[in-house]
Amino acid sequence: MLGFILRRLLATIPVMLVVGFFVFGLLSLAPGDPAAIVAGDQASPEDVQRIRASLGLDQPFLVRFGTWGGRILQGDLGTSLFTNLPVTTMIAQRIQPTLSLMLVTLAIAVSLAVPLGVVAAWRAGRLVDRCVMGFAVLGFSVPVFVVGYVLAYVFAIKLAWLPAQGYAPIEAGVRPWLASLILPATTLGCAYVALIARVTRATMLEVLQQDYVRTARAKGLGQGTVLFLHALKNAAIPIVTVIGIGIALLIGGAVVTETVFAIPGLGRLTVDAILRRDYPVIQGIVLLFSFTYVLVNLVIDLSYTLLDPRIRY
Amino acid sequence: MLNRRHFLGAGAGTLLASSLPRPALSSGAADKTLRFVPQANLANFDPIWGTQMVVRNAAVLVWDLLYGVDATLKPQRQMVEAEEVSADGLTWTFRLRPGLKFHDGEPVLSRDVVASLERWSARDPMGQMIRAVQVELSAVDDRTFRWVLRRPFPKLLLALGKTTSPCAFIMPERIARTDPFKQINEYVGSGPMTFARTEWIPGARAVFERFAHYQPRPEPASWLAGGKRVLVERVEWQVMPDPATAAAALQAGEIDWWENPIPDLVPLLKGNPAVKVGIADPLGNIGSFRMNHLQPPFDNVKVRRAVLAALNQQDYMRAIVGDDDDLWKPLPGFFTPDTPLYTEAGGGILKGHDLDAARKLLSEAGYKGEPVVCLLAQDQPITKAFGEVTVDLLQKIGLKVDVVATDWGTVGTRRTSKAPPASGGWSMFHTWHGGADCVNPAAYPSIRANGDKAWFGWPNLPGVETSITDWFDAATPEDERKAMAALNTAAMDGVVYAPTGFFLSYQAWRASVSGIRRGPIPVVWGVSKS
Repeated sequence: MLGFILRRLLATIPVMLVVGFFVFGLLSLAPGDPAAIVAGDQASPEDVQRIRASLGLDQPFLVRFGTWGGRILQGDLGTSLFTNLPVTTMIAQRIQPTLSLMLVTLAIAVSLAVPLGVVAAWRAGRLVDRCVMGFAVLGFSVPVFVVGYVLAYVFAIKLAWLPAQGYAPIEAGVRPWLASLILPATTLGCAYVALIARVTRATMLEVLQQDYVRTARAKGLGQGTVLFLHALKNAAIPIVTVIGIGIALLIGGAVVTETVFAIPGLGRLTVDAILRRDYPVIQGIVLLFSFTYVLVNLVIDLSYTLLDPRIRY
Repeated sequence: MLNRRHFLGAGAGTLLASSLPRPALSSGAADKTLRFVPQANLANFDPIWGTQMVVRNAAVLVWDLLYGVDATLKPQRQMVEAEEVSADGLTWTFRLRPGLKFHDGEPVLSRDVVASLERWSARDPMGQMIRAVQVELSAVDDRTFRWVLRRPFPKLLLALGKTTSPCAFIMPERIARTDPFKQINEYVGSGPMTFARTEWIPGARAVFERFAHYQPRPEPASWLAGGKRVLVERVEWQVMPDPATAAAALQAGEIDWWENPIPDLVPLLKGNPAVKVGIADPLGNIGSFRMNHLQPPFDNVKVRRAVLAALNQQDYMRAIVGDDDDLWKPLPGFFTPDTPLYTEAGGGILKGHDLDAARKLLSEAGYKGEPVVCLLAQDQPITKAFGEVTVDLLQKIGLKVDVVATDWGTVGTRRTSKAPPASGGWSMFHTWHGGADCVNPAAYPSIRANGDKAWFGWPNLPGVETSITDWFDAATPEDERKAMAALNTAAMDGVVYAPTGFFLSYQAWRASVSGIRRGPIPVVWGVSKS
């Protein structure tokens, strides 16, 4: 097991290198010049050139990549071209809201979607199943920003129960923190709930046909025990896998959700950095997201051993 | 299996969630904190290095100016107590007000001013004009400094007090000695508010706190002039890129003041009794259809005139402000309406909207079907809307159009290219200019027509340049007006660019906020909350 973990962790190094090279290359090929944005409308071409030189953007591609790569190896993600702040500081400023949003979304989504999927499979073809599947179609189809606006209108403006925007850090207290996250997490979680519920239902339908389920029922076990203890555990691997894959969905969705709810997280930082061509920030965030994704997949692979003792690494 | 206890537990959880408190300040602190949504993100905070409007707007809170332009567009003394100019107009001597302090408690001295002006003048177009005639800029004593010139520069005080970015902000000498092409990283100001650097989250929040030792002037405040009395303890800028979010936050009372609500949301805000809506800046903006004078087809003045002849500003204005006629005006000229030097001289061609005349001009120009490469930024609502009108207009008069739908960052880079459109260059792009910059030619680079040194498009029209020089040299208001009329006529004849109209924008604030004024910069002095 330890060997497996080490091998997987070592395998992330070439993955990160390839990601880093591609991101750096793509940004170099993309049109747009941060120096022109910094200099503003009134600047002369000479001024723009001097700013470009002061930012090191006049260097050849390989020199810039080498400098950047060398810094990365020392744990330095560089400095933002615009704010003059270290990229690590900017990420540190923004990571708590995004992590909080993803965790609360994950909690809401999993706690809703898994029971919904199980119940839908149990009552397959009946009204409950149709309602759950109808909700799943809606969850997939309605864009995140529409859900966000509707929720903000109803719960923030009309009912005044929750804030319409913003993020309260956890240091301000759990209740304000949670209050600031309920609407965004619900918004972000809609598609995620739909995805997990559908996969749970499909997997459970298959498992519920197995002989051991019939045996469990024949033994006189309660419906809840059969569904949640016997069947769900055996259906868990595809569900856990899709939860992991969904992390990518969450990262993408966070960009929109953070914009709609004015949450100062990594999603908004990414969009701002792309619009301004703030290369070090974009590169830093993409590396972070890639590493997170690799790590999540590793955790999921490891969880298989807990869910199915037959699996060994 | 669910039982009664589980059910009650879940119910209590739901009730708890429904009654969760909204993140809020205590009422006392809330009254003293003004929550403001700016037009854009404060991505950097060096008003000389980065000349974006939003940086300038934040900087006026933190750094003071020697002079400030008031609502009559005249520069008034601000940090300066008195000035004296020699009879030949070559030597200016300035004396600072006593008791001026930086935010670190150090006094503001002449050497700080000299260093600040040196950094500013390296980047500012007017500052560069002064440098070109400068003999010496020096500190005479702690409160006196002197500027000696080779030839008179009558607009010197305007240069020091103008609202156009970069403004001549006064910083401590050690900070002002920073290379003007490198960013400062210490924000010690001289203005009425300090910058809370530790609370700055670029893209999300910037915080300013009242500077207790600031000494406001005794006169009433007027734009950047007069007594800058800050009545709140703290101003929080909350960046909200999505207008619908800002509208919701304003209605829910989570913010106090929104700098630039989009016209689509204004009826909604006007219908809310807790919200007030008004014009933000009476000087508004001027829309621009900028052509490349170096490349066909717009290297031919007749093709440029064809665009002017056909262009209907109403189409452009309706595309951005809808049916709200309070928000726009036709503009047969290049300068801001309702300002002292406004002129429509030579602007008749913009009043005809004559497509046949435009087609005739194109025919006379011998247009050979060269594609017009239109760089249209889709991430800016104004340029996107302008672009849609332009494509239709150009096609109607018979020009072949090649649309490059892109983002503003790409337009900003590609417009610097002088290459042919087919080789990465361009034919036209849209932008707009702040009306405060367009009241005269002083800080209006896009009106310049000095060829390679001119703004993007590089018009080369000696008549325009002569008129600009005449304006700078004008000694009387009458001479200024004459120069402006000649300038407008020459710029229209040669089509420096095609104005697409004059438009205003709204600002919105909670009814509990008072003291908000109209002006080119959303200043917080005199603003209070009840």
